[in-house]
Amino acid sequence: MTETFVERADWKPSSNPLHGLWALTNRELKKWYKEPVVLLLSLIQPVIWLGLYGKSLNFGALFTGTSFNIPGLNIPKSVLDQLGSQIMLSTFGTTDYFSFLAVGMLSFVALFTAMFSGMSIVWDRRFGFLDKILTTPVPRGSIIMAKVFSSTIRGLIQSAIVLVLAVLLGMNVSKITPIGIAGTFAALFLMVLGLSSVFVMLALRSTNWQSQMAIMNLLNLPLLFASNALFPAKFMPTWLQYVVKVNPISYATDVGRQLLLGSPGLNTLGFDFAYLVGFAAVFSAIGIALSWRYLSQ
Amino acid sequence: MGVLRVSDGSDGRLNFDEKLIVDVRGLTKVYNGRVKAVDNISFGVREGEIFGFLGPNGAGKSTTIKILTTLLRPTSGTALVVGHDIIRQPNEVRRSVGVVHQEYTADEDLTGYENIILIADLYGIPREVSKKRAAELLKLVDLESAAGRKVSTYSGGMRRRLELACGLINNPRLLFLDEPTLGLDVQTRVAVWGYIRKLKEELDMTIFMTTHYLEEADSLCDRIAIIDRGKIVRVGSPEELKASIGGDVIEVEVDGSTGEDLTSVIAGVGNVSEVKRSGSTGYRIKAKMGEEVAPLVIELLRSRGYRVKRISLTKPSLDEVYLEYTGRSLREEEADRDQLFAQRATLRRARG
Repeated sequence: MTETFVERADWKPSSNPLHGLWALTNRELKKWYKEPVVLLLSLIQPVIWLGLYGKSLNFGALFTGTSFNIPGLNIPKSVLDQLGSQIMLSTFGTTDYFSFLAVGMLSFVALFTAMFSGMSIVWDRRFGFLDKILTTPVPRGSIIMAKVFSSTIRGLIQSAIVLVLAVLLGMNVSKITPIGIAGTFAALFLMVLGLSSVFVMLALRSTNWQSQMAIMNLLNLPLLFASNALFPAKFMPTWLQYVVKVNPISYATDVGRQLLLGSPGLNTLGFDFAYLVGFAAVFSAIGIALSWRYLSQ
Repeated sequence: MGVLRVSDGSDGRLNFDEKLIVDVRGLTKVYNGRVKAVDNISFGVREGEIFGFLGPNGAGKSTTIKILTTLLRPTSGTALVVGHDIIRQPNEVRRSVGVVHQEYTADEDLTGYENIILIADLYGIPREVSKKRAAELLKLVDLESAAGRKVSTYSGGMRRRLELACGLINNPRLLFLDEPTLGLDVQTRVAVWGYIRKLKEELDMTIFMTTHYLEEADSLCDRIAIIDRGKIVRVGSPEELKASIGGDVIEVEVDGSTGEDLTSVIAGVGNVSEVKRSGSTGYRIKAKMGEEVAPLVIELLRSRGYRVKRISLTKPSLDEVYLEYTGRSLREEEADRDQLFAQRATLRRARG
């Protein structure tokens, strides 16, 4: 069984192991940035969420915009407004709900993008593209990580757009610093990395996009509601608070609120980051390990 | 390699110490512990030939190709592909072969050129090499002018040619073609055959292909393995296979109602291997070199005072060979398979 065939390759293979990884990541991104319609739609989606949901749920107005009074007590409006602001501040950590929600939206938009990473593996499998790349010597882990990275990059860009829009729509910017923004996006990066890995893993063996859609629909809103993205966790029932505490979205949002709004956090920044690093590392490692085993039959 | 093999002529093994570019040993694949898709097959592919797997849907052709291209792990047995073990050295195998899949696997959202470059990147080919090579290959398959267009605008024949070009980007010694003309109309199919021949000659390659089209196997392949229900039934060149079932078929109808049996008379003609009487005046003769035997039969019968009313000569096709060895006809399978592929194509369009 001696090797008797002369290699015909007339090039030296690239020594960079990330060669194929970047090629595959860029393939995914091209579908996005080269398609004006897809790009536009993916940008409109956060605008709708932020504009409709953020502006319609005006909790602040409950306390400051009303002109209620308690019969028998003649409390001046300024005192009531003051009281309202204090309630808002102690509840949301900031005086307006819109700013509170805007930070949550950053995580939400990133989550939404992460969920689609699994779908594209199902398509690739169904249309034979996956088989084709599996017959090339590209590392199997690169195939998975390309999906994860492309959705991470898309998620972060969409989050950045949401942030800009939120500021334009009246988010409180008094505490924003460049370092705060960088820190927030670092946290979001870790969150999307881990979440994308989870969703890609769920799709590793799947050939059925309906079941993949069902998984996404099953998980997206519960993941959002069982976090502090839309509402502070401290008013939730105890059992739900446990869920919030394992949900990585809560940690990314917590980092954002502390760094962008100067709100008091649920945890220290160090703990938030440690949790997110652990989450991202564990799930992307599992994803890579499983891809060697399960990507091909 | 390096061992003199004894062959009984039917298992695809070769007699001499020849360099086998694909050397399959006792390959078996069982799905879900029940379905035996490939059943202990062994065969060899010589360097430089076009070797074809001929068989119907579900015979185990695609499973074999998937195992040899490292997409599937065999349940037992192994194979050496370009000198590398498919189980222990899958990455070396992947590096040295090209694969063209049955489906259209190109990314429809990218252009033809982008697709080739993407595959080149996955082989780790540096851009300065791959750009040049992509241009050459696109020229070879006549897609230069369409290279900048999205694949979603390509016709079936263009897609197939792009797949061919993608499969050749790493300059492989050995190219796997899984049903290279599945779902194409007859004209396009013939054109694709032309490209396959051209590629083989210009790039000096060995080709391992599967097909269920008889004409395709007949016109392209140097040697064919007939595969049925996971087993290799027979291996040989198209000519050998046709000759192996007894040669040409001559049908004669004799005038006159004497009812005399002429079987033994006809059997006396040289090269006739079998004579069967059909009806009272008809005879079915199997013979080698039928075009020479037929006039001899006419002459002989005339000299005995019989007049030949009608005579026909049929060269055996691979379908008859297939029928002989498997008891089934491939013709009917072809139609079913094309329909299946049409459905798949519709599904694919539903995406775009």
